[in-house]
Amino acid sequence: MDGVSIPLDHVLLLASLLFICGLLGLMMRRNVIFILISLEVMLNASAVAFVAAGARWGQADGQVIFMLILAVAAAEVAVGLGLVIQIQRRFKSLDMDDADRLRG
Amino acid sequence: MLKLLPLIPLFPLISSVLLMVTVGKMPKRLVAILGAGSVGLSAVTTLLVGLAFMESGQPHHQVLWTWMQVGAFSPDIAFYLDGLTLVMMSVITGVGFLIHLFSTEFMEEDASYSRYFAYLNMFVFAMLVLVMADNLLLLYLGWEGVGVCSYLLVGFWYQNPDNGLAARKAFVVTRVGDTAMALGLFLLFTELGTLDIQPMAAAANSQWQVGDTLPVLACLLLLGGAVGKSAQLPLHTWLPDAMAGPTPVSALIHAATMVTAGVYLIARTHELFLLAPPAMLAVALVGLITSLMAASTALVQHDIKRILAYSTISQIGYMFLALGVGAWTAGIFHLVTHAFFKALLFLAAGAVIHCLHHEHNIFKMGGLRTRLPVVFWSFLIGSAALAALPLTSGFFSKDMILLQAYELPTFGPWLWAGGLLGALLTAIYSFRLVFVVFFGKTQMEPDKQPGSRMAVPLSLLCVLSLVGGFFALPLVPLESVFPVASDHHPSHLIEGISIAIPLIGLAIAYFIYLSGQLNIDGLVNSAPGQMLKKFWFSGWAMDWLYDRLWVRPYKGLAYILRGEWVDVIYNSIVKVCQQLFVGLSHTQTGRLRWYATSMVFGVIVVLALLLGVI
Amino acid sequence: MVLVNLILILLVGGVIAWLAERQHPLLPRWIALITILFDLGYFLTYMSDLSWSQIAVVPNPTDAATWLFHYKAEWIPRFGISFELAMDGLSLLMVLLTLVLGAVSVSASWTDIKQRTGFFEANLLWTLAGVLGVFLALDLFLFFLFWEVMLVPMYLMIAIWGHEGRSYASMKFFIFTQVSGLMMLLAILALVMLNHSNTGVYSFSYFDLLYHQVGGDIAFYLMLGFFVAFLVKLPGFPVHTWLPDAHTQAPTAGSVILAGILLKTGAYGLIRFVVPLFPNEALAFSPVAMALGVAGIIYGAVLALGQDDFKRLVAYSSVSHMGFVLLGVFAWNALALQGAVMQMIAHGFSTAALFMIAGSLQERMHTRDMSKMGGLWQNMPRLGAVAMFFALASLGLPGLGNFVAEFMVLVGLFAVAPWVAAAASLGLIVAAIYSLMMMQRAFQGEPDEGRRLPDYGVREMLTMAVMIVGLIWLGLYPQPVLDTAQPVLDSLMQMVDSVTEPTQIAGLMP
Repeated sequence: MDGVSIPLDHVLLLASLLFICGLLGLMMRRNVIFILISLEVMLNASAVAFVAAGARWGQADGQVIFMLILAVAAAEVAVGLGLVIQIQRRFKSLDMDDADRLRG
Repeated sequence: MLKLLPLIPLFPLISSVLLMVTVGKMPKRLVAILGAGSVGLSAVTTLLVGLAFMESGQPHHQVLWTWMQVGAFSPDIAFYLDGLTLVMMSVITGVGFLIHLFSTEFMEEDASYSRYFAYLNMFVFAMLVLVMADNLLLLYLGWEGVGVCSYLLVGFWYQNPDNGLAARKAFVVTRVGDTAMALGLFLLFTELGTLDIQPMAAAANSQWQVGDTLPVLACLLLLGGAVGKSAQLPLHTWLPDAMAGPTPVSALIHAATMVTAGVYLIARTHELFLLAPPAMLAVALVGLITSLMAASTALVQHDIKRILAYSTISQIGYMFLALGVGAWTAGIFHLVTHAFFKALLFLAAGAVIHCLHHEHNIFKMGGLRTRLPVVFWSFLIGSAALAALPLTSGFFSKDMILLQAYELPTFGPWLWAGGLLGALLTAIYSFRLVFVVFFGKTQMEPDKQPGSRMAVPLSLLCVLSLVGGFFALPLVPLESVFPVASDHHPSHLIEGISIAIPLIGLAIAYFIYLSGQLNIDGLVNSAPGQMLKKFWFSGWAMDWLYDRLWVRPYKGLAYILRGEWVDVIYNSIVKVCQQLFVGLSHTQTGRLRWYATSMVFGVIVVLALLLGVI
Repeated sequence: MVLVNLILILLVGGVIAWLAERQHPLLPRWIALITILFDLGYFLTYMSDLSWSQIAVVPNPTDAATWLFHYKAEWIPRFGISFELAMDGLSLLMVLLTLVLGAVSVSASWTDIKQRTGFFEANLLWTLAGVLGVFLALDLFLFFLFWEVMLVPMYLMIAIWGHEGRSYASMKFFIFTQVSGLMMLLAILALVMLNHSNTGVYSFSYFDLLYHQVGGDIAFYLMLGFFVAFLVKLPGFPVHTWLPDAHTQAPTAGSVILAGILLKTGAYGLIRFVVPLFPNEALAFSPVAMALGVAGIIYGAVLALGQDDFKRLVAYSSVSHMGFVLLGVFAWNALALQGAVMQMIAHGFSTAALFMIAGSLQERMHTRDMSKMGGLWQNMPRLGAVAMFFALASLGLPGLGNFVAEFMVLVGLFAVAPWVAAAASLGLIVAAIYSLMMMQRAFQGEPDEGRRLPDYGVREMLTMAVMIVGLIWLGLYPQPVLDTAQPVLDSLMQMVDSVTEPTQIAGLMP
């Protein structure tokens, strides 16, 4: 554990920045592919935070959760891409604002 | 023998139920035998019971079962037989039987023959219960029962909506009175703790003083019921319209029996009325004013049955007058003689209508004297009795009433004079009827003659109307029921005037309607004469008044409210909710980014709240 | 266990009827009829063991042993909730009424229901089961449960088999009952909580809550919670508006159950819960309740006259008649209470029959509009005569049950509040107007000779005969009914007397 160690604050800052990037992407982008990518970014941001926290407390839990997030992300991408194809077929576009059938 | 008492109403009840259950499947002969025979059986039983009662002379009280019992409230199904009851029962079963017999021929061609007798028998049952009841609640059962039968029979020919209207009017107007009477029962029960008539009278005498407020109130409420059923002011308007029913019905229900139920009620509860002099005076005044009003109206009518209807109202007015001045026996005596001669008149009128293609207008008749001799003599005798010509039955009873009214201190002579005026009018209109219908030119030829089943009842009633005055009074055991009237007799002059007045009326009618020596056309055609005639013709415009006062406002109210305005409140709650939904549903854009963004802001706000930033 | 079985038989019968539809669509109605008759027979065999002396025992509200039947099983002991059923004279009468009218309603649905007969009869039986539960449950939580149980199948009956406006009507019915039920639930919970804070025990049992006087303003609001729930069901003015819609749109059997039985649960609740649980508050509230009663009587009668729809007319006449129950309950003396109980039974019969008549007309003429009827007596004399009988019953003809009821309510009320009684007796007049108008418009008047309509057959006449005999019996010899209800009412009155100030109650006793 000697050598250069990155302070936890820095990692959390990075995670927050990544999360906000993802969030902004989610809120701003209309293309469904970009929305999915933004989601991935957010997931990974939280994963970074977990890993850093695990390292900080010397526990394996953080990495376990990271594995879980990896799995969830993979599943999510699988479902998400399926949806993307469906949306493309239905609406002939990838613009999520066109898929507003649920409006009240 | 007295134990047979419950059988008397039972016979017509059984017959009625049988006729109802078989719904017209019975052959007509059997219907006639059952319908008239059951009432005949009752009449015979009444005779037997009456003889037994005369022997013992004691009131007979017979409890069948306890109707309902909650604490002190325990009216029985029980009958009470005394002189008054016996008189009423004799009239109902005796006259009733004659009218049933008459009906078997009169209604022969009607498709609903058995329905007719079912109702008519049911009526006799209810009427018997009314007069035999030992308590006011059972009396009320009979009271409403006769009302329903009257409704059913007035509206017997239901295909014509006018008949239905007349029937409903009869029921609803009397119901107004009945409701007053029901309130009277509530009051009597609450104050006296019983509805059994004899204990109630005893309790009233011990609890109340003469002239207290409560007996006056109770009596006025009972009077309300009586004026409704007996078609007195202000609830008389239903009776003339009730003539829409078959004529024998008018004879039985609307002349001889049901309409005199009010008289019976007051006579039955006379001990209460004696405690309430103001109520007595009200009874007398109602009677007098009604009799004058109805007599004047009868003067100008065209419809033979309407004339008789108004005359019934007027004669019942006399009975009320008698009750009001304390001439109880005279009132009941007049009830009996009136039942004879008015039933006779109605049946005769029915025969005229029957033989004359259902014509009701007297000015389209005429000269029937030679063509329908039996009917003519019946009508003549009936009219003579109605006009109280000397030695007819009506003479004795009416004379008794007028003389006893004269005896009353303070108001007596006035009531007497009013009664005389009524007697004059009565004589005029009854002989107007006779002269117009049976004398003069023949305008319509009768297409048939009354058969034996019509002629026999007519003849029997003729005899009763003529001589009923001689034998009815001594035979009627009323002395034990009512307080004895004073023996003092007014002067011979007063008596002489009373006798002369109907004869003067007869003479006037003769000169106007038969010989034509007295021409009143000028008088009638003058402007005030026309107005008066119109006013009288409409029955003093009471129908018009009630239409404006009650019928139209009520109908209007029902029409305005029919859409259920209370729902406006609930519907506006629904509206507000719907508006809120519409507003909220605008936030549901269907756009993913919008949802994500609002979630983010929501989270930020929540976090800020949790961290205490805001 | 008798009481549990009573309810269970109906529930199971419902399931069987539902399944039986697959065998044959006409099978369910037989199963429903047999189930109800079996239930009735089962009940009667147990009842025949009772003697009048047992019925005459004044049930002690706190001592379950004095009741005719009592059953208690633990359910959720943590919150003091138990499965507690009990029967006294009052519930006995109501159970009998429910089962008899249940059989009548199956007869009413005999040919009326053509689609999904199995599910219909199942709903019918389940509603009856719920109603029985309401009449028998003495655990407030269980009571509320049954209160909801009877509501849902009824809702389905209206919503699936109703007439043209069924979705609106069923939704209105559901919301009215549900909202008012919520108020009752809140009141129940608050009552239990208050009881807990006073005694430290959680209990939903009627017996435990009875003598517990809450007092204060809160008690008044709790009373209102119960009162509103029952007033809606009764229905009382001004929360009656669901009733004309629901009745009009419901299938005939639904109307029969609704008018004949379901409305009685409201009246039953008033007698069983509102006054005994909150005697002082109910006494203070009685002027308002009486005013509502009178308003209901007059208002219902006026609106009945204004209707063209036969069923709506009968529905408004129900509003008018149930006003007498409200008056009877809040006059709170022996006569008026007996009158209220009598009215519950007599109105059950007379209105159920009128709804059946309306249903028969609808089935034959495919309309309920009276302006399209007229002269039907000519076409269907038996139906006309039956209708006349029940119209007369409805206007309170002496000799029939309704008269006994109304008269007793009014006599009892007169001793307490003469002017209210006078106002209420106007109801006798206006009842005559609408009843006779109904006869005129539908059955009298010019007949249409071209109409060929089948008259009543054996099944219908038999059903009607049951109710005709019932009404005449109630009208001429109501004593068995009065004797059955008397001990219960006595005990309730004693209990209320013991907690209200004697000066106040003095005016109420005749």
